[in-house]
Amino acid sequence: MWYFNSPLIVFGEEALSELTSIEGHRAFIVTDAHIAHLGYVDIVGEKLATAGLQYQVFAEVEPDPSLETVRRGAELMRQYQPDWIIGLGGGSSMDAAKAMWVLYEHPEMVPNEINPIVPMKLRQKARLITIPTTSGTGAEATWGIVLTDTAEQRKLALGSRENIADMAIVDPVFVAGLPPQITADTGMDALTHAVEGNTGAWHNDFCDGLCLKAIQLVFDYLPRAVADGKDKEARERMHNAATIAGLGFGNSMAAMAHAMGHSIGAVFHTPHGRAVGLVLPYTIEFTGEAMAERYADIARLVGTACASSQDGPRLLAQTIRALARSIGQPLSLQEMGISAEQFEAALPKLVENAESDATLVVSARIPDSAEVQRLYRYIFAGKSVDF
Amino acid sequence: MFKFASEEWVQAFKEEINASQGYAEAAKTWEGDFYFIVDPGGPIAQEIVMYLDLWHGKCRDAFICADRAAKTPAFVINAPITAWRKVIDKKLDPVQGMMTRQLKLQGDMIKIMKAVKAAKELVECTTRVPTEFPE
Repeated sequence: MWYFNSPLIVFGEEALSELTSIEGHRAFIVTDAHIAHLGYVDIVGEKLATAGLQYQVFAEVEPDPSLETVRRGAELMRQYQPDWIIGLGGGSSMDAAKAMWVLYEHPEMVPNEINPIVPMKLRQKARLITIPTTSGTGAEATWGIVLTDTAEQRKLALGSRENIADMAIVDPVFVAGLPPQITADTGMDALTHAVEGNTGAWHNDFCDGLCLKAIQLVFDYLPRAVADGKDKEARERMHNAATIAGLGFGNSMAAMAHAMGHSIGAVFHTPHGRAVGLVLPYTIEFTGEAMAERYADIARLVGTACASSQDGPRLLAQTIRALARSIGQPLSLQEMGISAEQFEAALPKLVENAESDATLVVSARIPDSAEVQRLYRYIFAGKSVDF
Repeated sequence: MFKFASEEWVQAFKEEINASQGYAEAAKTWEGDFYFIVDPGGPIAQEIVMYLDLWHGKCRDAFICADRAAKTPAFVINAPITAWRKVIDKKLDPVQGMMTRQLKLQGDMIKIMKAVKAAKELVECTTRVPTEFPE
């Protein structure tokens, strides 16, 4: 027994015009200062006004949103009493919107209590629309929430199935101007979602096809989108890929690359997609035997000759490293500019964080503490995993 | 062979936990006791309450509890025997079982999610107990 959750997904050029058809009184837009500066809030606001809605903007979401930010936004929501909440931005803004929504509906709760077991009875006060402005996070189509406990330097993987948006608007207009570095980082995030969604312990028939399609789209279009940001086809297909990957992994869960990548992000403040994309080939090698056939299938899908499933993990890891290299991504923590001293000082925290990350449960092979530590050493040095 | 959820089965389970290096390592920081409850239904005439006190990678105490009120454990997980059997046969991941409410958890889910390796090792321990399920 399992579930498949999905918002209504409106995608393609002019998808944003769907906003003119929603019914309500007040919308609360959760975003960040950069998105507001780019004028995207105004574009959304114009559509809301056409639909007859007033709106208020909270443009204070930071990268890796903190518990404090979520509490502050929820308090403003309680004052404004919206019937629609709009998460506009990357994963940080959309995840913050999801968490603020919970606290708006249930002021008695604290963010850490958002879990997939206890029913929350959302949608008593408002519904949620997600609008991604990057092509990677997939948060528009997932119920997961990643917040940061700044005091403990730790990312919290939270969420309830009820957290899923009512509507996701996947309009390529918002990614037309993404810089190459962000395109690369977020694209690697989408790839990591798709690979883990297909090869984690909770993979399932409903998600497998979505993940494979997303992988193919990333390999076909990410290098083009990074090389030429004006390539409209590449932009649109990557935008679709990210949401498809979100649907895929959102219903089969992310795994070990996320557990270890979250930890890197929390400790070194590395962009999420760069961190998980960096870790992915290493976790493929580590979990290889447990999912060899699937890794081989993916390698073949993206055009890598793979005679036997036994070779699958190694060849897929190589193929992903080649893709990462082609779009200028680092292949090791050293390449990311982390010094040996910084790494050694951070190692205990890296291990502790990864081991307490909820996504680790879904890994096809769950490492013990010593193995996590050893894996980080390999990731630091850029050495292929051989244990 | 031990009849599932009998006093003998619980003692054999405790021995397997305490003999497991994997569990000892994975649960070295775990502090929390459990009721594992088999709900009535099918061959189970009335609920069976198994108590396990798990502490820093070891099982300090384990027994069949005649009265739920005897202890106030940090965690209570109850399920019909069909679900428990799926867990022991490794056909149902315990965390996935809790998320789908096939296993009903009372207690701090976040703490459980942080101890997934320990949960898996605990299931491994059950598979080493020769178990006979009532039909």
